[in-house]
Amino acid sequence: MFNLFKKKTEEAVKRTRETWFGKITRLFERSSIEKETWEELEELLIAADTGVDTATTLTQRVKERVSREKISDAQQARTALMQEMALILKVNGNAPAVTASPRVVLVVGVNGSGKTTSIAKLGYSFKRDGNKVMLAAADTFRAAAIDQLKWWGERIEAEVIAHQQGADPGAVVFDALQAAKNRGVQVVIVDTAGRLHTKFNLMEELKKIRRVIQRIDPSGPHETLLVLDATTGQNGLNQAKHFTEAVGVSGIILTKLDSTAKGGIVLAICDQLKIPVRFIGTGEKLDDLAPFDPQTFVEAIMS
Amino acid sequence: MFELLSEKIGQVFKKLSGKGGLTEKDVDEAMRQVRLALLEADVNLKVVKEFTAKVRERVLTGQVLQSLTPTQQVVKIVHEELTAILGGGQSTLTPAGHPPSVLMLVGLQGSGKTTTAAKLGLHLRRSGQRPLLVAADTRRPAAIEQLVVLGRQLDLPVYAEDQKASPVKICSHALDRARELAATWVVVDTQGRLHIDEALMKEVVDVKKVLQPSEVLLVVDAMTGQEAVRVAEEFNTNVGLTGLIMTKMDGDARGGAALSVRTVTGVPIKFIGTGEKVDALEAFYPDRMSSRILGMGDMLTLIEKVEKTVDEKWAKDMEKKLRTATFDLEDFLDQLRQVKKMGSLTHLMEMVPGLSALSRRLPEGMDEQRMKKVEAIILSMTRDERRHPEIIDGSRRRRIARGSGTTPQDVNQLLNQFRQVQKMMKQLDPSKAKRLLANLK
Ligand SMILES: Nc1nc2c(ncn2[C@@H]2O[C@H](COP(=O)(O)OP(=O)(O)OP(=O)(O)O)[C@@H](O)[C@H]2O)c(=O)[nH]1
Ligand SMILES: [Mg+2]
Repeated sequence: MFNLFKKKTEEAVKRTRETWFGKITRLFERSSIEKETWEELEELLIAADTGVDTATTLTQRVKERVSREKISDAQQARTALMQEMALILKVNGNAPAVTASPRVVLVVGVNGSGKTTSIAKLGYSFKRDGNKVMLAAADTFRAAAIDQLKWWGERIEAEVIAHQQGADPGAVVFDALQAAKNRGVQVVIVDTAGRLHTKFNLMEELKKIRRVIQRIDPSGPHETLLVLDATTGQNGLNQAKHFTEAVGVSGIILTKLDSTAKGGIVLAICDQLKIPVRFIGTGEKLDDLAPFDPQTFVEAIMS
Repeated sequence: MFELLSEKIGQVFKKLSGKGGLTEKDVDEAMRQVRLALLEADVNLKVVKEFTAKVRERVLTGQVLQSLTPTQQVVKIVHEELTAILGGGQSTLTPAGHPPSVLMLVGLQGSGKTTTAAKLGLHLRRSGQRPLLVAADTRRPAAIEQLVVLGRQLDLPVYAEDQKASPVKICSHALDRARELAATWVVVDTQGRLHIDEALMKEVVDVKKVLQPSEVLLVVDAMTGQEAVRVAEEFNTNVGLTGLIMTKMDGDARGGAALSVRTVTGVPIKFIGTGEKVDALEAFYPDRMSSRILGMGDMLTLIEKVEKTVDEKWAKDMEKKLRTATFDLEDFLDQLRQVKKMGSLTHLMEMVPGLSALSRRLPEGMDEQRMKKVEAIILSMTRDERRHPEIIDGSRRRRIARGSGTTPQDVNQLLNQFRQVQKMMKQLDPSKAKRLLANLK
């Protein structure tokens, strides 16, 4: 099983490795470490969307290690960089142990980041593990969002609880959780409307959805996943901050890693906010979702 | 304005004042600050390098270093160059020789094509055209349905077929329909695709051959990072673009991608998307965009937002008060009431990059109850006290508290808040605010 995931992750990051990290790797293939090496390294990190701060911090850390540990060999410096990156990414990223049934997963994010598709993939993977899955169509705002979720629901054979477009999302979630209890459903995944984290009213609406969940099960939502597009630049950090403030994000799904985007903003988010990346999205099909494993990720990238 | 960058460059130059005259090295340090500001705004690294080289050149060959205000000069040059590159703010669509003219939207998954198609339809109809929307995204589940629903809401015709139909066929049939309907514009929503997906890139080229569009617009998410350059380059070389639309500009992304895509494609940014509602499509203003990229809080957007919600007279009065710095507690009360209408000022300001830092300094949680309390306190003051809060001493404070059913601490807290707001008002450059306001009318 692990090997399968490993393979997926490797595939997903292959392109990334070939372009961006490939360059980093080549950097360290030079025999000795020169002054320009650091500058180039910093630039490569920036070009991967890590942001200036993270790029500087990371370069600084490796630099210090190189001088402290008297590293002169580029290969060792390369290992040091890998370790530092993995260290940043190694925020406790295990799925929470949930005893409550149903397990409630709330999925949030800005418009178009890939929430609905990721929910389908996630539901599919829960089903494969033998769970009875239900989807709650709490995006009652965007035109045809409900149809989109229903389409996926049919594909993965999961019941979709939905109201009309324009209905109160809280009411949808309430109904879904009631239905889930009655029908012995083990996992409920809640699709929410895309919203920019700067919109006060929409963020309040999200808080309300969370309160509805908590009214029915005080231990819920058991996971609150932020869906982040890997193409996102520095704004990703703001997204993570604001969604966490509003509804306490417990993990990230990093989507569209099948593009050339590097998703380096994740390093900034992990470094500054300590929110783990839980999954990566690598395409538009149901099985294009893989658990994010920092070690595997970095290794696959640098190998 | 330009707080951040001016401050940083100012610091660089201050260290050097007294040495007489700035050297090339000092300029390099200033350019480093420019570089950082742009990178933080997600401008592509290569683009940043080209850009700073150009600015550096202008700074060194101009009279900047001899100037008494080198900081302002440098910032001005940066802003001017940015505006020039973003330039030619044209929001017009080029029609074909004979109708119907065809407009095609292309871009990555999730960038906002479908919503933008509907917005463009509305925009075209409002400018006296007869648009037909075409749902050619057969791939994303319910994408067709999404456009159909939007068309119904707007009462615009939508051409759609079954999800199994090929986009090329759909588009060719759509052109027939357009002729039948005597439509003057055909707006085609295509499916989202990765710029490196060869099969899908070929497909969009095939679609283009059928459509012979006079406009091919790339829809770019304002939050896009460094990859914006690659995406724009690939779409431009493979499909050939005539313009760009930046979406999700109502968020707090600095939008450096605008500079990146504009630089590599050379095609103009024609519109910006500023919300989920179908009328949230606006003309693109290069100078506003460069202010935003430089993180100088786009005052205009704020003022516009305020204007949309509050009555015009109030806005005019406020503008005058800002200008003359005679903002008093009566205005404060007034403002609170207006703010109530707008949601909270804090969150309004958070929408504007740069101002969000300022907004954090605003008093927290202007909720209903607090608002009532504040109202009661101000209403218990004499006219004089409201106009000159500095005269409020201990005994006045006690009287006000009694009159409003609050405590002297409450009164004090309010006065502190007021002073904060007053200070903040002063930080907003009034002359600029006024000019911007004037532009709006
Ligand atoms: N290439 C690629 N595309 C993806 C991935 N995940 C989602 N998408 C695509 O991105 C687009 C938007 O995905 P949605 O799932 O509708 O996004 P959303 O966040 O639910 O969007 P809204 O509800 O409109 O805010 C769709 O075309 C998806 O097929 C991914 O990992 N890779
Ligand atoms: Mg969705």
